[in-house]
Amino acid sequence: MTAGTAGVGAGEGGGVEAHHDAPHVPIFAGKVKERLDALFPKYPTKQACLLPALWMAQEARGWISPGALTEVAAVLGLTPAYVRGVVTFYTMYHTHPVGRHFIQVCTTSPCHLCGSDDVLTALLRETGCGELGATSADGRFTVIEVECLGACGFPTPILIGDDFIESVTPERISGILQGYK
Amino acid sequence: MGFPHPSHPKETPVLSKYFGDAAARSFRGWVERGGYEGLKKALGMTPEAVVEEMKASGLRGRGGAGFPTGLKWSFMPKDDGKPHYLVCNADESEPGTFKDREIMRWTPHALIEGCAVGCHAIGAECCYIYIRGEFTEPWHVMSAAVEEAYAHNALGENVFGSGKRIEVVLHRGAGAYICGEETALMNSLEGKRGNPRIKPPFPAQAGLFALPTTINNVETLAAVPHILTRGAAWYKGLCLGNPKSTGTKLISVCGHVMRPGNYEITLGTPMKELIFDMCGGMRPGRTLKAVIPGGSSVPLMTPEEVDQCATDYEGIVACGSMLGSGGMIVMDDSTDIVYEIYRLAKFYAHESCAQCTQCREGTAWTTKILARILSGQGKSSDLDLLLDLSENMTGKTICVLSDSCAAPIVSGIQKFRADFEAYLSRATAPVLALA
Repeated sequence: MTAGTAGVGAGEGGGVEAHHDAPHVPIFAGKVKERLDALFPKYPTKQACLLPALWMAQEARGWISPGALTEVAAVLGLTPAYVRGVVTFYTMYHTHPVGRHFIQVCTTSPCHLCGSDDVLTALLRETGCGELGATSADGRFTVIEVECLGACGFPTPILIGDDFIESVTPERISGILQGYK
Repeated sequence: MGFPHPSHPKETPVLSKYFGDAAARSFRGWVERGGYEGLKKALGMTPEAVVEEMKASGLRGRGGAGFPTGLKWSFMPKDDGKPHYLVCNADESEPGTFKDREIMRWTPHALIEGCAVGCHAIGAECCYIYIRGEFTEPWHVMSAAVEEAYAHNALGENVFGSGKRIEVVLHRGAGAYICGEETALMNSLEGKRGNPRIKPPFPAQAGLFALPTTINNVETLAAVPHILTRGAAWYKGLCLGNPKSTGTKLISVCGHVMRPGNYEITLGTPMKELIFDMCGGMRPGRTLKAVIPGGSSVPLMTPEEVDQCATDYEGIVACGSMLGSGGMIVMDDSTDIVYEIYRLAKFYAHESCAQCTQCREGTAWTTKILARILSGQGKSSDLDLLLDLSENMTGKTICVLSDSCAAPIVSGIQKFRADFEAYLSRATAPVLALA
């Protein structure tokens, strides 16, 4: 199922993309449920835990699949339609599967002034992704452009998964990528 | 200090004194450096006295708007029986700005201490620190520091035995520039799309969860404990001639300077000293072309304006721009100004929340027109069209994202018109292919 067809209606349940989630293991069980339950007393509403719950879902599934979305909605007492509206507002939640290592490259003006276009070109080539948003054939990488990462004094910053790497140049890329199998 | 470079003699390191000093990150390390004295002092004062101390210091918001902090705190209702909230805006996303990141990475306890003082001053028991999702390292450093602060009673049910309850909760964003706008941030924290809200009501009346709320930037709150420890008079004395702009400000300098980094200046420092002395000036053989002094949302400055500019709130306004967040983007004579303005417009088009027509359409249209100019297919009427659209994008929307897109466009055309005309006349070869 691709992003374009991942429509979710209320009551559709998590079974629609069983080939992604099978065998079905609930996200909010065991340790993850404990983490979520520990957050509830910190906020006056359950809804305020939506962004944290989505982070947990993405950690568990690698993306916000339609099934994951439904589970998040259920655990917070929200509708899947509402949750989808929120998910699509934020760029860091994946609405389709991505490579094992998700790479975000800053190309906003301060980094552009210092050569981020060359970093992006080299990353697309050396990961084998070829184009923005596409996943490499081996499933290792997905590369996207990101707006200002807030490290403009250290151009070009990139994020690989949760690893924030500063001062990346085209020459450094093959060495950096070796650390991500 | 000009982190990651050694401190320059012309700097005044207060907030940045321990940047790069990993030992300052721990509770013990912070206490050894005089930390948490400000909070202890505050807890022995009435909330009103703390607010008065902030007013006397002259501290103004460091996130962009420059609103006096003590005055903002004084807007919170008294004895209304409702829970109050403090929110710390750590959604640092303004292109050119990277100061809050270093504060959180190196001196997390300065921020926690400032949050605790703020809570006491405005009668709140809970502070949420909203950290942008991309800031993974600051998140981990802050998480560890908050845990330690609870373990040492700097946070919790009975802070330092004062009987005061102060909680600090970290909340992770998920990628949206607009969530740095205070009301969008509140919506995001409530588990909603990050759409800005119409004001009034202002946050002090109905903010987070519709309750009285104060929202402050990371740098503002991190300055608070220093002011309490060393006194408002000391802070107010950090001033170079303009009593409306007091204290130190972290200026993140990026782009075409020899030593980009975070420079902590006394407000009022000449901008040319900052760029040419502290940052080492331009790369060899290059000259200055333009500066965007306060994050990408403010007008461009010419070298002549930079030359006579005092780096403070009023000084930069007098020279045609704004201090904003203090994110200074320096461009030398190799820069294609038209392309960089196009790139900024594209940023705003991407980040518009699309609530308001002027912003949703305006950011997209201006981006397309700039792309057309860069592709060699610009029309002679395009500059007037851009100015006309920009006028409709200024002062007409719920928040200022739209205005922020217009500022570099308008100032770019006013101050660097020849660069645009060179594309229109084909004197400059096209750099973009139209899709």
